[in-house]
Amino acid sequence: MAMDARDIERLIKEGIPDARVEIRDLAGDGDHYAATVTSATFKGKSRVQQHQMVYSALQGRMGGALHALALTTVAAEN
Amino acid sequence: MTDANQAIDNEVKSNDVVLFMKGTPQFPMCGFSSQVVQILDYLGVPYKGINVLEDESIRQGVKDYSNWPTVPQLYVKGEFVGGCDIAREMFQAGELQQLLADKGIAAKQSA
Repeated sequence: MAMDARDIERLIKEGIPDARVEIRDLAGDGDHYAATVTSATFKGKSRVQQHQMVYSALQGRMGGALHALALTTVAAEN
Repeated sequence: MTDANQAIDNEVKSNDVVLFMKGTPQFPMCGFSSQVVQILDYLGVPYKGINVLEDESIRQGVKDYSNWPTVPQLYVKGEFVGGCDIAREMFQAGELQQLLADKGIAAKQSA
């Protein structure tokens, strides 16, 4: 039950095409990641909505195959 | 509404601050749940902790209720505030304290 960081990044970018994605593998075990996602599409949305957009891009893997993804979202200026 | 949905709705609307978590506030069973407990305890906010590990229908139900894939989940006055990352971000920015104050929820201390 682990995911490769590149797969996480790819899925997020497929769901949010303009996203800049930085991923850190926190524990080196392929199971605990921290991601910062920056996108102009986050503008005007609440944090909950921004995170939901990322979770939606991950197509149900969050909480499943992807146990721990500490998420920070940033609304890009453009 | 399913029974679980109804039970969750009832909890978040009848308690000012509700935390759905793994374990209990005294014995959190997950690091993310533990972080939110620490924030709420630090702020001295009274809250109801609900252990999703005790009831599979609540564990799944709370994810459907908020369209949020993970636990913990923090609710204030019936409104979903966020999970661990958002609670921590808001706490660090002072926004969580402001939200609680705006909702008329007294913290025991003003940090």
